[in-house]
Amino acid sequence: MKLLASGNEAIAMAALDCAVDLGCGYPGTPSSEILDEFSRMGGRAEWEPNEKCALETAIGVALANGRALVTMKHVGLNVAADPLFTIAYSGTNGGLVIVSADDPGMASSQNEQDNRRYANSAGVPMFEPSDSQECYDFLIEAFKLADRFRSPVLFRVTTRVCHSKCVMDRHGKGLSPRQAEFVKDPTLNVMVPAFARKAHRRLRADLKAMQKWNEEGSFVKEVRNGSELGVVTSGISFQHVLDADPSVSVLKLGMTWPLPVERVKKFAASVKRCIAVEEGDPALGEMLRAAGVPVESPDESFRFGELNVDRVRKLLKNDLTPDPVAAPGKPPQLCPGCPHRASYEALRDLNCIVSGDIGCYTLGVMPPFNAVHCCVCMGASVTVGLGLRKMLPEAEARRVVSVIGDSTFFHTGINGVVEMVYNPPATGHVLVILDNSTTAMTGLQEHPGTGRKLDHSPAPAVSIESVVRGIGIRNVDIVDTTAEPERFRELLKQRLAENSCSVIIARRPCILAMAKAKTYQAKKENN
Amino acid sequence: MAVKNIVVAGLGGQGVLKVTDILADALFLCGYDVKKSEVHGMSQRGGSVSSEVRFGDRVASPMVPMGECDILAVLDSTQVEVVQAKLRKGGILITPDDVPKEQLKHPKALNTMILGAIAKHLDVKAEIWDQALASAFPEKLLELNREMFALGKK
Repeated sequence: MKLLASGNEAIAMAALDCAVDLGCGYPGTPSSEILDEFSRMGGRAEWEPNEKCALETAIGVALANGRALVTMKHVGLNVAADPLFTIAYSGTNGGLVIVSADDPGMASSQNEQDNRRYANSAGVPMFEPSDSQECYDFLIEAFKLADRFRSPVLFRVTTRVCHSKCVMDRHGKGLSPRQAEFVKDPTLNVMVPAFARKAHRRLRADLKAMQKWNEEGSFVKEVRNGSELGVVTSGISFQHVLDADPSVSVLKLGMTWPLPVERVKKFAASVKRCIAVEEGDPALGEMLRAAGVPVESPDESFRFGELNVDRVRKLLKNDLTPDPVAAPGKPPQLCPGCPHRASYEALRDLNCIVSGDIGCYTLGVMPPFNAVHCCVCMGASVTVGLGLRKMLPEAEARRVVSVIGDSTFFHTGINGVVEMVYNPPATGHVLVILDNSTTAMTGLQEHPGTGRKLDHSPAPAVSIESVVRGIGIRNVDIVDTTAEPERFRELLKQRLAENSCSVIIARRPCILAMAKAKTYQAKKENN
Repeated sequence: MAVKNIVVAGLGGQGVLKVTDILADALFLCGYDVKKSEVHGMSQRGGSVSSEVRFGDRVASPMVPMGECDILAVLDSTQVEVVQAKLRKGGILITPDDVPKEQLKHPKALNTMILGAIAKHLDVKAEIWDQALASAFPEKLLELNREMFALGKK
């Protein structure tokens, strides 16, 4: 069936057509729509507290011979890297595909790390689709590869592939369901050193076999034009190259680890000059040169930001004139009526040093608040704040406050609270949990505290106040900072003056989520 | 047919993506190869938003190159400056001043009125627009949006 679909929608369709038993992940732009779509079409999907939990649940499904799809944004794979590197050794009987949605240009991210490096580093095969059709076709191929080699597979998409809509054919030639079965085989599934040593050798041998599979497979596409200049490329860059210069010959790789080195060698020999055109790191160029293929990489300036047709034209001509500076436009900001506004006004007015975290509330860095002073990664607010307090002189240490959102608290904030109780700074610490009862930035997804599952049906709610009290925080207050701004200010002043560890939960629902929450409630009552 | 490019810009919450969704859908129903591009996430929080549609016999990159946009429509006049570099020489610029804003029945429907103004320049049959609008809006909003679309197209 021909239809117009985004890359994320195409991935969801392919997952359904591959009889995926569980889709799980943590929301993150540009990956968030995949699981919502999969669920909407009837797939079983779950938001988990973080990407590590999601990958581990998926590993369990695949160890029980099922098929699992895990979705996350690029930085999410850092959180899930621990299980990734070891499941690469042991493998699974079932199918395990991990979607890593990278964000070159940082449309909505804190860095532009290039997760193609993970494939090479962990020894996991990787597919890189360049449009919605390939998202659909390659996901099916990824599960076939998983079946054949018992290997987890990385599926790397980027912002433009995820969110661009293209015409595609959902042909439905997927895979039949797998039967649940767990075979007890510790030599395969328990990575103690004696078994892991063998597993590592097995992995390297498998990667050689996968390379052969890639060399012989249909994932390499050659567009033959002139023999003056040849381009080796993958992903969305391929589409830009086609438009940028119709005179160049192009070798487009669909499976980018292990690389089909022999195919590229042959191509490079067929043109006078060969250049790797890639968004992000010069990974392809470096790996091909290391394998002895004479491929150039463009000037360093092209590794920053997204590529597009204009930039690829310049890249091919080695034109290093600066790109035209676009008018800045209106920057994003906290919505009018956003409950975080009142919280940040108080933090600003009390001249706090604020250790921030990842979410809508990172926008507290913008005027008129200017009230986020450092921000690293999910969950870091709590522990970075503790470090600040341990280093700064007392008068300044007393002004340090960590702020974290509700979804981020469940993601990786809880460990920080444990550390806060275990190794408290001399001045104590204050953590403000900005609880707007949703995962707002990525599109209002549910989380363990909302009392609703991914599809918004009722679920047990984990209570933030019970969690922090259970960890050992004695001072726990709940305030609506919009309704009681003075109470919040007084409380904050009081807590900052004490030498104990305190948590203030600033609770008021996101204004965008409130309307939706009412419709979910009405639905629940009608059922 | 050579590739044609349309860019729609505005502010978060104005329904920019809805316009390009309907556009892309209508052009797909006409049998063109279509690609549509946009950025989600941070940009949704009231900031500048733009979305692009390319169509023709065969479209490769989903992004419109600088100076190659045939029709540029903005839902907020302040955004012209931000995206103008995309417009080709002799290309068509559509702003809220080019539509009968005073006849808007709801401020949120400016997007469908602008879509109507874009439709004036495209060779797409009325029944196809109708079909694309019908699949984009729930029943209770459809009539209003049809009306605003027709006003923009007049």
